[in-house]
This record gives sequence, structure tokens and C-alpha cells, in this order.
Amino acid sequence: MNNENGTLFAPSSGRTKEREKRRSPWWEVWRRLRRNKAAVAGMSVVILLVVVAVLAPVLAPYDPNQTNIKMRLQGPSSEHPLGTDNFGRDMLSRIIYGSRISLYVGFVAVGIGAVFGGILGAIGGYYGGRLDNFIMRCMDVLLAIPQIILAIAIVGALGTSLLNLMIAVGISQLPRYARVVRASALTVRGQEYVEAARAVGASDARIILENILPNCMAPIIVQSTLGVAQAILSAAALSFLGLGIQPPTAEWGSMLSSGRQFLRNAPYLTFFPGLAISVVVLALNIFGDGLRDSLDPKLRQ
Amino acid sequence: MLRYFLKRLMFLIPVLLGVSVVIFSIVHLAPGDPAEVMLGPSATQEEISSLREQLGLTKPLYVQYGIFLTNALKGDLGRSIKSNAPVVDEIMERFPATLTLAVLGMIFAIVIGLPLGILAALKQNTWVDALCSFFALVGFSIPNFWVGLMLMLLLSIYIPILPSSGFDSWKNFIMPTIVLGIQTMAVIARMTRSSMLEVIRQDYVRTARAKGISDRLVLTRHILGNVLIPVVTIAGIYFGHQLGGVVITETIFSIPGLGRLIVDAIRAQDYPVVQGGVLFFALCVGIVNLLVDLLYAVLDPRIKAQYRAAK
Repeated sequence: MNNENGTLFAPSSGRTKEREKRRSPWWEVWRRLRRNKAAVAGMSVVILLVVVAVLAPVLAPYDPNQTNIKMRLQGPSSEHPLGTDNFGRDMLSRIIYGSRISLYVGFVAVGIGAVFGGILGAIGGYYGGRLDNFIMRCMDVLLAIPQIILAIAIVGALGTSLLNLMIAVGISQLPRYARVVRASALTVRGQEYVEAARAVGASDARIILENILPNCMAPIIVQSTLGVAQAILSAAALSFLGLGIQPPTAEWGSMLSSGRQFLRNAPYLTFFPGLAISVVVLALNIFGDGLRDSLDPKLRQ
Repeated sequence: MLRYFLKRLMFLIPVLLGVSVVIFSIVHLAPGDPAEVMLGPSATQEEISSLREQLGLTKPLYVQYGIFLTNALKGDLGRSIKSNAPVVDEIMERFPATLTLAVLGMIFAIVIGLPLGILAALKQNTWVDALCSFFALVGFSIPNFWVGLMLMLLLSIYIPILPSSGFDSWKNFIMPTIVLGIQTMAVIARMTRSSMLEVIRQDYVRTARAKGISDRLVLTRHILGNVLIPVVTIAGIYFGHQLGGVVITETIFSIPGLGRLIVDAIRAQDYPVVQGGVLFFALCVGIVNLLVDLLYAVLDPRIKAQYRAAK
């Protein structure tokens, strides 16, 4: 572990040494990440999906909500590459538009979870004592309820809507961010530079924002990447149960749910949306794994 | 040992109290009025307010919570709005199916996941490892409801060998078990692999090898015991997660279990059932965590020794 720097910065000529000095730690992470083929593949798929989601109106061959009873339940053809559903809507267009909702829900839900969980964790870790104890016991309570059951109960209480779905999934993910940030805050709290910041009169909020949070960035980023994957799965599961996004909105989970009754005669209605969810989640998980390895090379041996 | 158990048991009580507060608040935030739901749209305003009175809904929330908690401690979770049966009876009627599923799912996850992880670690950096690891990652990433539907398509429709719904023969359990266990299986495989890789590099393993003990004996006597500790932790955590998964499994395969009870209750705004059901789930998770803690003490003599010394 000690020769980590030795292997990374192989000293050769003076010029390259000069250049390497300017490299930021993030550049190093990127360098390690680039060497991990699987992670690069995962990242490419995620980027591709974001592009598809953004360009959905351009890419989709049809209007995702355009019904055409004459063309209902058509199998895959050159006209409709993934077939049509029971209202004659083009499945490919619906899947393309569905990527918008899934990615949106995934990112916003994780945003909610990471921001609130992160704040709670940072406060707990920084102040310690009774406050910390109270916050962590609350997180234990949230962890004691299976994630999906908690999300179902919250959606049930708030009503089914896109925003409520994101809130429910976000809250059910709170504890993991709180824990990650708290753990980092605990180790950073006693460092000299935090002491120094306090000595020059920096406020607690400033110390938390400027000294503690930047030190938790690595685990937060890894946790968030994997969290987006989990959030997409949970949101699709809730929609599948009829408690998330409601039809006719093109969302993968609810498309699966409505395609279910045609499983025997039109299996492509359930096959393709499920495949889409699997690909996104798999890509995010592979990317997240690779990111963890490159952010913390000690773990990878 | 007893002290250890009691200490762990004490942790469970505040958590369950917290869960009861959380779920009570969530349920009472719900916009619908239970009295209105019970009486239907034709009810008059007087009927609704008298029923509200009768159900205690006019009392302040903290008083309602107090009543709920006192009754819950006596084992009374109220009555279902829909069927008027005691919630405890409804839960107990549905629980065996859910428990069976959860246990079968866990067995499936361990039986497949553990060997997969061990194999991957023993063949580190070969194609076997790559295949096992990829398989685990896929198992972790695909939505289990999709797995369920695809299995149904394959094994009930294309090659009709398994029934797609019902709950009477062992054949009914095969697909739900896979659907429920697949994520846990993947997690266990990944955890076993990384735990194995760590243990294999320990000095005592090298010593054992150097002494000339056969590979098989080193694996069973020296490695597995230490590998199992983190694996048991993760299996325990995922058991709770998996209990949540029954919601999906029971819906797909039309199994009358606890998960479906809760989902149906939420749709019907049957709040006593939602409240009681979620609390019961939390109790199960708590008990499983307690059992896992006890299992630790069995697997890891250091914990036992710690408590013996403290006595």
C-alpha cells in the first residue's frame, strides 16, 4: 500500500514529473477507471441511455401515446420493430420515452435520499453525542421496515403520482447515505485541518460544507451510482404493482404490468420493457463497481 | 451467552416503537377518511360523523396513537375495515405462506450463491470467475417481477410443466422461490467471493498449506468458518429485504400471503391492516436480525469469549 504512489507516478524524466504534479486526484480516478473495461462499457451504456432519453422526441418513430385500434397487438415487424400494445401504440417509441421517466425518477429519488441522508449523517457524525445517537436510531427504524414495504406505505398515504413515487423511493434510501456520510464525518472530525478551521472561527455549517463533505464525496458517488440502479428497480416495482406511475404514461414498470395479461399471446409486451430495465440497472451496477474500485484501489487486489 | 441475547433483545424494543410511530404517522397522513371509505358514497354526513366518533377518529392523534400502542402490546391490532375480522387473525392466516416462501427463497439463495462465490474465488481471474461474477451481477440487476413473468412464460406456457398460480403442491413453490431468492443469491455470491479472497491470503491459511494439509481440508476447516461470518451478516440483512420481495412474488403468482394483504389493504384504504401488517413485517425483520446475531456468536468464538470474560 505504501508504494501506491510509486506505482502510479513512475518517475521518469523531469518533464513528465512536472506534468504529473498538476494531476488532480480525480484525474487519477479517471485514469484507473479507463483501464477497467467493464466499467467503461457500463458507463457508455449509461451515457447512451441519457442521450436516448434526451433525444426521445427525435428518436422515437411514433408518438408513444398514439393509439391505433386497427394495429393492436401486432408482433415485431419492420414497421413496429418491437410490436404494438393492446391499444396499438408503438412499443419501441414507448420504451424510448420510458427511459426518460426511469432515469428521471432514479436520479431525483437518489438526489432526495443523498441530500437529506447526507445532511443527517454529516450532522450526526460532526456533533456526535446524543444528537448522533438519535439520528442513527431513526435510521435503524427506517431500516427495520423492508425498503419496498416502506415505499408502498408512503405512496399509499401520499397518493400515486410521479413526485410521490420519487419521495417514497428517496426516503427508503435515506439510511444508506446517512451512514456513509456519518462514517466519513467521524474520521474527519478529529483531523488537524478541521481543528484549524474551527480555530480561525469558521461556523459549524461552513466546516461541514467545506471540510467534511468533500471528504465524503468518494463513497457518496459510489453509493449514489448503485443507488440510482436500486431506485430505478424500486420505482419500476411500485409501478408494476399499480402504485407508481399510472397508465397511459409510458413507464417500463407499468408497461410490464399492463402487458402481463397478454403474456400468452403477446409476450414481447413484457419482454422488452423488462429487458430495458435490466440493461440500465446492470450498466449502472457495473459502472458503480468500477467506480468504487478506482476510487479506492486498496480494495481491489 | 444469555447476557448477549438479552442485550440484543433490548435493542429491538426501541426500534419497534419507532416503527410503530413511523407507520402510524404515515397511515394517518393519508388523505382518505376511513369512516367515509367504510360507509361508501351513499352515506349521510351524520352517519359518517357518528362512525368517526365510534372509531375514535375525533380524538387527538397522540391519544389515538396511545390507544393503538396499548392495544398492540396486548396483541390487538384492531379490526379490518373491509372484512371486520381482527387484523391479527388476518395476518396469522396469511403468514404461513409468506414465511414458507421467505425461507425457501433464502435456502435457494444460499445453496446456489455460496458455492458460486467459493468457485469464483478459487478460480480467481479465470473465465470461471468472470462467468460466476457476471451471473451474480445479472441476478442482482434484473427486476425480479420480470424474472417471474419470463419463468412463467417459459415453464407454464411454452413448456407447461409448472403451474402459474395457486398454492397446493410443491410445484407451485419452484418459480416463486427462484423469483424471491435471486437477488439474495447474487448478493451472497458476491459477498462470499470477496470474503474468500480475503481469507485465502491470511497467514494461518498459508501455514496450514505449508504443513501439508490437503486443499480440501484447508477449505473446510480453515477457510469456510471465517468466510461465513460476513456472509451470514449479509444474508441476515437481505432476509429483511427479501421479506419485502414477497409483495411482488405473491402478486405475480397469486399467492395469498402477507405482502398481498398489505398491497390490497393500501388500495382499499384499509388502514388498520396496513398499520398492523407493516408493524408485523418489522417485527419479523427484528427477530431475524436477532437470530443472525446469535448465529454470529456460534460461528465466531471471539464474540462468545468476549461475553464470558465480561461476566
